[in-house]
Amino acid sequence: MTAQETLGVRISDDALAIACGADDVAAAFARAGCTVERVSSWGMHWLEPLAEIDGMGFGPLEPDDIAAVLAGTSPKAIGRIEDHPFIARQQRFTFARAGKTRPLSLDDYAATGGWQGLEKARLLGPEATIAEVTQSGLRGRGGAGFPAGIKWTTVARAGAAQKYVVCNADEGDSATFADRMVMEGDPFMLIEGMAIAALAVGATRGYVYIRSEYPHAIAKMQAAIRASAHLVQPFVLEVRVGAGAYVCGEETSLLNSLEGKRGEVRAKPPLPALEGLFGKPTVVNNVLTLAAVPWILANGAQAYADVGFGRSRGTMPVQLAGNVRHGGLFEVGFGITLGELVNEIGGGTASGRPVRAVQVGGPLGAYHPPADFHLPFDYEAFAAADGLIGHAGLTVFDDSADMSAQARFAMSFCAAESCGKCTPCRIGSTRGVELIDRIRARSGRGADRVETLPQMHNARKGPRSLAEEITLLEDLCETMKFGSLCALGGFTPYPVLSALKHWPQDFGAAGQAQEAAE
Amino acid sequence: MMERLNQIIAAHAGREGPLLPILHDVQAEFGHVSEDAIRQIAQGLNLSRAEVHGVVSFYHDFHDHADPRPVLKLCRAEACQARGVEALAAALPAQDRVKVETVYCLGLCSVGPSALVDGKPHARLNSAKLNALVEALA
Repeated sequence: MTAQETLGVRISDDALAIACGADDVAAAFARAGCTVERVSSWGMHWLEPLAEIDGMGFGPLEPDDIAAVLAGTSPKAIGRIEDHPFIARQQRFTFARAGKTRPLSLDDYAATGGWQGLEKARLLGPEATIAEVTQSGLRGRGGAGFPAGIKWTTVARAGAAQKYVVCNADEGDSATFADRMVMEGDPFMLIEGMAIAALAVGATRGYVYIRSEYPHAIAKMQAAIRASAHLVQPFVLEVRVGAGAYVCGEETSLLNSLEGKRGEVRAKPPLPALEGLFGKPTVVNNVLTLAAVPWILANGAQAYADVGFGRSRGTMPVQLAGNVRHGGLFEVGFGITLGELVNEIGGGTASGRPVRAVQVGGPLGAYHPPADFHLPFDYEAFAAADGLIGHAGLTVFDDSADMSAQARFAMSFCAAESCGKCTPCRIGSTRGVELIDRIRARSGRGADRVETLPQMHNARKGPRSLAEEITLLEDLCETMKFGSLCALGGFTPYPVLSALKHWPQDFGAAGQAQEAAE
Repeated sequence: MMERLNQIIAAHAGREGPLLPILHDVQAEFGHVSEDAIRQIAQGLNLSRAEVHGVVSFYHDFHDHADPRPVLKLCRAEACQARGVEALAAALPAQDRVKVETVYCLGLCSVGPSALVDGKPHARLNSAKLNALVEALA
């Protein structure tokens, strides 16, 4: 048993691993006399809880599997983790440490290149630091894809006694978990990125706004901020916890929420870069944007810009989720096709049935049929196909999905989460739910009481046909798309219209179009 | 209660934008944010009651009535829908001793359906696992 007593086992303490039972597996290894180290997650979620012993992986484990693992007879052995095709095919910049370090160990962080980016930035000074970020081509990873360097330049040039760096960690989109993995797996990297941003624009205070649904990420970030306060001073950082409002992922409503107000969207201009938190110039960036910065500074802008596709430079941590066999985090240079991601890397559906739809970019992203699988992962290519990359979350649906139900959900989600500031979003989403319900029930709609009033000469008196109802839905979507203040109301039409376009038969338009899928 | 409230308000009063941290603490301590609490917080922060009420009613995490039941937060967003959460939710018997709350996304989207109970996440739920979680709370 001597060999086992010194045997080191590494298991993730990420919320996802814990949800899959990692704590019980870790305890079982400890009872068997192993030394257990809790590290970040490799991102191969279908294998969690994944144990690593001398570089070899075993998963998904249950406590009963431990004896076989230690005896070397476990059928759950997957070989060397680093050689696993899912890992070997990736280009991990932001997630270079994933699976390899203890999240809250300053020693591990420093030993794996941590703080080099901040040192370089201190050496370069603010202007050259911003120039590096600009040259790297890094674009906002929250969804809008705005060049980070340009935003930083605006804040840097704004004259103010107080400036802020705000990290948007209100990762509310379904199918996205990369922000959570950064905060739980490599929190110092995010802190370093924020410190570099602060140095570049002249900010002294920073906030990480984390959603309340992420208790583990909140705890890890708070601990990491305490542990590294002396390394990033004079920059002072603080975690603020959201309160369950999806719309607070929109930057201006996030700022209102930080100020202690209702999370209502602000009209732009003024840009947050000039009048942001408490009216002061503020950098608001997504977790992944800020987390990419240390690598860029440490390795140089060119090394980052060398990877990518078109105007989308660098890597994107793609999140494979929903009904997918090999779900997890796959960081890769832009340009990989949707089909490669879903079929080759994701391995198709978990249910084994054919793929019917893939929603890209969260609840506000379009549903794509397999006919779109040639699309390269690139901001512009997806925009041209009436879609968006968003935060690069992919939700795979098999052929049991009812796309008119998904369209209805998009509208009802918008109705539930609308901040209420603008009419197209607040009222339009509710009318959208009613309209899709009528379309799904094929109930049609008769003339209402107002329409039948004698003074309403021009109002129609007869019922509407299904085709007219669908035209009305398209019309409503147009109004929401162009009339809403922010992306919530403005992008909700993407899932609705894409479902309507690619799967008209689900809306009762039989015979009007062929199934686009397959 | 008055005294405890004043302590909470005082603990955050020096911070920038103290209202949300105060409301989080009040919600955690009392299980809800009452009319009296709103009045006192408004006074403490020199805000109108309407302003504080507006904030409390805006966010899903703050409640105006206490619900003593234990809470199971079940994710019903798209990724969990794709993995069958709606069938699970439909099959779940009506609960009077456990509050089954819908949340949109726990960030466990590759291993759903998932739920959060007392800060602990649970994934790969099926009917049996979900029922067991609910039973354990009841």
